[in-house]
Amino acid sequence: MCDTCGCGDPAIVPVELQHSLLADNDRRAHHNRAHLRADGVFALNLMGSPGSGKTALLEATAARWSGGPRLAALSGDLATDRDAARLRAAGIPSLAITTGSACHLDARMVHDALHDLPLGDRDVLFIENVGNLVCPAIYDLGQERNVVLVSVTEGEDKPLKYPVMFRRADLVVVTKLDLLPLLPEFQLDLLRENLAHVMPEPACIALSARSGEGLDAWIQWLEGARVETSGPRVALEGPAAQRP
Amino acid sequence: MHEWSLVEALLREAERQMRAHGARSVHRLHLRVGELAGVEISLLETAYASFRERSCCERAELEVEAVPARWRCPRCEQDLLPGAALRCGGCGGPGRLASGDEIVLARIEMEVDASPAPRGVLAEEAH
Repeated sequence: MCDTCGCGDPAIVPVELQHSLLADNDRRAHHNRAHLRADGVFALNLMGSPGSGKTALLEATAARWSGGPRLAALSGDLATDRDAARLRAAGIPSLAITTGSACHLDARMVHDALHDLPLGDRDVLFIENVGNLVCPAIYDLGQERNVVLVSVTEGEDKPLKYPVMFRRADLVVVTKLDLLPLLPEFQLDLLRENLAHVMPEPACIALSARSGEGLDAWIQWLEGARVETSGPRVALEGPAAQRP
Repeated sequence: MHEWSLVEALLREAERQMRAHGARSVHRLHLRVGELAGVEISLLETAYASFRERSCCERAELEVEAVPARWRCPRCEQDLLPGAALRCGGCGGPGRLASGDEIVLARIEMEVDASPAPRGVLAEEAH
């Protein structure tokens, strides 16, 4: 209450905070990560524009990596479960996360979906995000690595136009390399140069899910990243030690 | 349009602070939003204008401070030049983002009644 002039106005109390508006999501993502690690599951967040080839890359990965780790996938989609159905047909146990109007996945959606996708015998979980080069970037889901796809038809300037997304990438996969003969103006070197302006340590693999070119480098990267993240199993303590 | 989810998180935190401090309403919110936070400030303001109705922030002004991206070399502790590759001009090592990806509620100002409203003058307003 104002005690200066007696006007009766309430006192204004300022409180300094440093509260991240993503704190709730980050807490849930941390929880997802702890469970995935405890289960020995290597999780990746795949992001890219609609039609950049996320599902096709996973189909090709399942075919090329057969006999390797056992895969699973969650597919974020606004309205359908088409991607998850394609992945199941390719032999990857998959579940769709239908987001309705939400333009991105968040840690809570992944958490809830993991209750319905048994990962008991799985080694690798691909989380195929909603096709979008903006919103998915800021939400941690509990993954170990971020992979951003950009197809040759999207052009070399995408990293400069969407720096928030590309900055978060551990790896950029340039897709649809088989279309290059139709796109003589596309310069892969220029795309790599642009990546260096938004990623401090740019890593980039160009491939074609259709022809198989570059797929071995992708599998090799996956193997390496999986080894890097598979430390000793983290035991969960106390009441938090439930399924995510 | 993740700006809508961020505003929901903002209102939840404001509500929590208000309860913690026994405040009667929120007067002003001060946000810091980094250039690389992936947030469109004008969309955030639009979302706030829609969501604040019938919330504890109905009359609260929203101030948004845009924070530019600043890359530094962790070894040489020098700022990197804007618009160039994210490598240190001195040692050639990779830069690290020092600031510019935050989305934080930095300050909240609340109206607090220190004692019951005198003479009933504020009784109507207090509703």
